[in-house]
Amino acid sequence: MRDRARGLALAFALGMAWVAGAGMAPGAAQARSVRWAASGDPNTMDPHSQNVGTVTMVLQQIYDPLIKRERDLSLAPGLATAWVQAEPGRWRFTLRDGVKFHEGEAFGAEDVAFSLQRALQPTSNFGIYVDTIERAVVVDPLTVDILTKTPDPILPNKLASVFMMSKAWAERNNAARPQNTRAREELFTTRNTNGTGAYRLASREPDVRTVLARNDAWWGWAVEGNAGNVTEIVYRPIASDATRVAALLSGEVDFVLDPPLQDLGRLRAAPGVKVLEGPEVRSIFLAMDLSRDELLYADVKGTNPFKDIRVRRALYQAIDIQAIHRTTMRGQSVVTGTLFPEQVNGYAKEEDVRLPFDAARARALLAEAGYPQGFAVTLDCPNNRYINDEQICQNIAAMWSRIGVRTAVKSQPLAPFFAQVQRDDTSIYLLGWGVPTLDALYSFQSLLATRAGAQGDGIWNYGRYSNPAMDALIQRMKVETGETRQATIREALRLYREDIPHIPLHHQMIPWAMRSNITIPHMANNQPYFRWAVVN
Amino acid sequence: MFAFIISRILQAIPVMAAVALISFAMFAYVGDPVSIMLGQDFTEAQRQALVASLGLDQPFFVQFAKFVANAAQGEFGLSYRLSRPVAELIAERAPATLELAFCAAVIAMCVGVPMGVYTGLYRNSWLSRFFLTFSLVGVSLPTFLIGILLILVFSVWLGWLPSFGRGDVVQLGWWSTGFLTVSGLKALILPSITLGLFQLTLIMRLVRAEMLEVLRTDYIKFARARGLPNRAVHFGHALKNTLVPVITIAGLQLGGIIAFAIVTETVFQWPGMGLLFIQSVGAADIPVMAAYLMLIALVFVVINLVVDLLYYLVDPRLRVDRAAAKGA
Repeated sequence: MRDRARGLALAFALGMAWVAGAGMAPGAAQARSVRWAASGDPNTMDPHSQNVGTVTMVLQQIYDPLIKRERDLSLAPGLATAWVQAEPGRWRFTLRDGVKFHEGEAFGAEDVAFSLQRALQPTSNFGIYVDTIERAVVVDPLTVDILTKTPDPILPNKLASVFMMSKAWAERNNAARPQNTRAREELFTTRNTNGTGAYRLASREPDVRTVLARNDAWWGWAVEGNAGNVTEIVYRPIASDATRVAALLSGEVDFVLDPPLQDLGRLRAAPGVKVLEGPEVRSIFLAMDLSRDELLYADVKGTNPFKDIRVRRALYQAIDIQAIHRTTMRGQSVVTGTLFPEQVNGYAKEEDVRLPFDAARARALLAEAGYPQGFAVTLDCPNNRYINDEQICQNIAAMWSRIGVRTAVKSQPLAPFFAQVQRDDTSIYLLGWGVPTLDALYSFQSLLATRAGAQGDGIWNYGRYSNPAMDALIQRMKVETGETRQATIREALRLYREDIPHIPLHHQMIPWAMRSNITIPHMANNQPYFRWAVVN
Repeated sequence: MFAFIISRILQAIPVMAAVALISFAMFAYVGDPVSIMLGQDFTEAQRQALVASLGLDQPFFVQFAKFVANAAQGEFGLSYRLSRPVAELIAERAPATLELAFCAAVIAMCVGVPMGVYTGLYRNSWLSRFFLTFSLVGVSLPTFLIGILLILVFSVWLGWLPSFGRGDVVQLGWWSTGFLTVSGLKALILPSITLGLFQLTLIMRLVRAEMLEVLRTDYIKFARARGLPNRAVHFGHALKNTLVPVITIAGLQLGGIIAFAIVTETVFQWPGMGLLFIQSVGAADIPVMAAYLMLIALVFVVINLVVDLLYYLVDPRLRVDRAAAKGA
C-alpha cells in the first residue's frame, strides 16, 4: 500500500513535469489563423431569428446582405450591384451575377424574395428592417422589385442588415421560416449555415468553439478593398473579463472584441498587443416617467416632479458629465447633448449641445419648481449591459444628492432590469441605445413616439413621453424623402433638446484589443469584418 | 438493511420536492426571459403571444405541477437561450465537470494526505509551519482569486499552461474526455488545482489533527514498545486509523466540488455544467437553472444516502441500537 502510494505520487510528479515541460509556445499561431474571443456566444446560426450583436458578429462573416457597409458604415454594393427607388412605393434591385452559395446553389432573385419573406415572418426578430415591405416581385433572375406599403426612403439602410439565404437549401431542410426561439424549437438552421459570404462555417460547438474557414470562391475577393488574408477564424467565448485579458496576454487568443476598460492600460503597455479605439453607435441616457401623476419611487406625493421641465433641467444641469468622462469612463466616451452620434443619418452638430453643468443653477431651478428641499427618488440601472453602467448611475446619484435630490441607485443584472422597466415599473432609468439602421427614425420611433398599436412605435419609451408635435415629426420622417426629411429630423432634434424627454449622457467608445500582427478596421457598429483583416 | 434503505429513499423524496419548489419559486423572480428573447423590436401583441406560448400566464401552481410532472420523467423542456433540450445540454456538459471534479479530488487526496501526515509527525519543523501557513491561504483566499493568480503566473508570465478552455477533447461515445490529449491534460491542471485547493487544505488539517490524536493512543505506544520501526508505526498503524473520517469527509466534499465548480468553471471558461448554469442565469433561462439545481440536489441526496449506508456497514453500534429499540 505504502509503495503503491509512493509510486502514484512519483507518477503524478513526473506527469506534471512532463506536461509542463512539453511547454506552450505563446503566440505560435499558424499563419493567417485568427483566434477571436468575446464574452458571449451566439445562441443560433439562423440568419433571420435573433437580431443581436453576438449573433450578427459571426453570421455577417458567413452571409451577405444585398447592400454592404463600407468601413465608414456608408452603403456599398453587396449581392445587389445597383438599386433605385423607381417610384415612391417601389424599389428596384439589380443583383450580382455568378454568385454561388457555399453548397453550390446559384444565387438569384428567387432567393431574395424568399429571404425577405422569411424575415417578415412573425418568428423573425428582424421585423424592424422589413416592416414596410409589402412583397418582393421577381422581375427576372437578376432583378427584384420590392413593393413597400408606404414610401420608404431608407429601405437600403435597413436591407444592409438582412442576410440572403438559399431558397432551395432552406426548403430542403424544412427551414422555410426562421427558428422560433420563443416556441423553443430547434431548426436545421440553428446549427447549420449556407451563405454566400467570405467565410463558411467549418464547425461549431455552442458555448465552446465556432470555426469559420475562408471561402476562396467568394465574389467579393475580386472587389477592390477586400484584401483580407485570414484563412481561418476560431471564435471562443470567454465570459470572465480577467481570463479574456489573460488569454490575450499569454498569446492564446489573437483578438478580443470587448476588453474591460480597467485593463486597457495594461494591454497598451503589454508587448505584442495593441488596442484599437473608436466610437460606437450607442448612446447612453436617462429617461423618466413623464406620464403618471404621482411617481412610483419617489417621496413626493400627489404630483410628478418630472413633468415640470424646470426639474428636468435641474437634474440635467446637476450632472458633471466631464467628471464621468474623465474618471468612470477613463476618457472612453463621447459626451453628447443629443439622441445619437454623428454616424447616424440626420445628426446635426448644432443640436448636439448640452445644458451646461451648473449645480447652483440646478438648485435654483428646483426651488423655483417648488422643491427647495429637493426630494428622494430611485434610479433604476442595469449593471452588466453597458460599459460601467452601474458606476455611471452611482456618480449621477451623488451629483443629484448634492442639489438635494436624494437618489438611491437600484442596480440589477440586465434580465431583471429589463423585465422591470418594460412593465413601465420605474420612475427614472438609465438606457443605452444602438442604431443598426444608422438612421434617425429608428431612435425617434422606438424611444420617443407615443406608444400605439403601430409596429415599433414607442416600444422602448418606458417613461411614456408623449408629445403630439414629436409624433407628427416622426410620422413625417417615415414617408418623406431627401432634404425635406433631413429638415424634419433636424426639427425633431431641436424639439428633443428643448423638451428634455431624456437627459443625454454620452456615446460609448469601444476598444478592441488584439495582437500587434493583426490589422483590422475598427467599426462603429462593433462588428469585426474579417474580410478586411490582415495577419502578418 | 432493506427497510433502512427504503426509509432513507422515502426521506429523500420530500427533500427533492422541497428543492423543486424552492428553485422553481426563486426562478419566478430572477428575471423575465420574455424581454431577452424578444430583442430590441417587438409589438405588445408579440409579447403577449410569447408569454402565452411559454405558459407564463398560467397560475403559479399550475406551472409548478407541470414542471414537477415533467421533471420526474427527466424532461426539463428546451432551453430558452439555446433552443435545445435541457437534458441534452446537461449530458453534454457533465463529462467536463466530472473530469474536473475527479482531478480536483485526486489532487486534494494525493497531496493533502501526505502533507497532513508530515505536519502531524514533525510538528515543529519549518516545513510543517510552511504547510500550515500555506493551508491558511488555501482556506481563506476565494476561489476566483486563486484561479486568476494561477493564470497570471502560469499562463501570462511563464506561458506554460493554457488560461482557459478544455483543450482538445476526444469523444468516447457520448462522453467527451480531455484525458487523452496533451492539450486536454494541460488544460486540466490549473482548474483542478484551483478547485481542489480548499479540499486539499481541509484534508491536510484533518489528517494532521487525527494523526496527533492517534499518536497519543495506547496502541501506538504498544506498537513502539514492540520495537516496530517508525515507518510501520506511522503508516501501518496510525495513518490507517485516521483515514476513516478523512474518507467520509472527502466523499461528502465530492458533492461540494461538483456543485461549487461554478466559480472555477467561470474563471477558466471550462465548458461544464457550472458554466452552463452561470450563462443561463444571465439569460434568465429558467429550464436550465431549474434542472441544474435539481441535479445538484440529487447528487447531494445520493451521496448522503451512500454515506449513511457506509456508516451502517462500518459501525456495528448503529445496527445494535436499532435492534434494541425495536425490541424494547
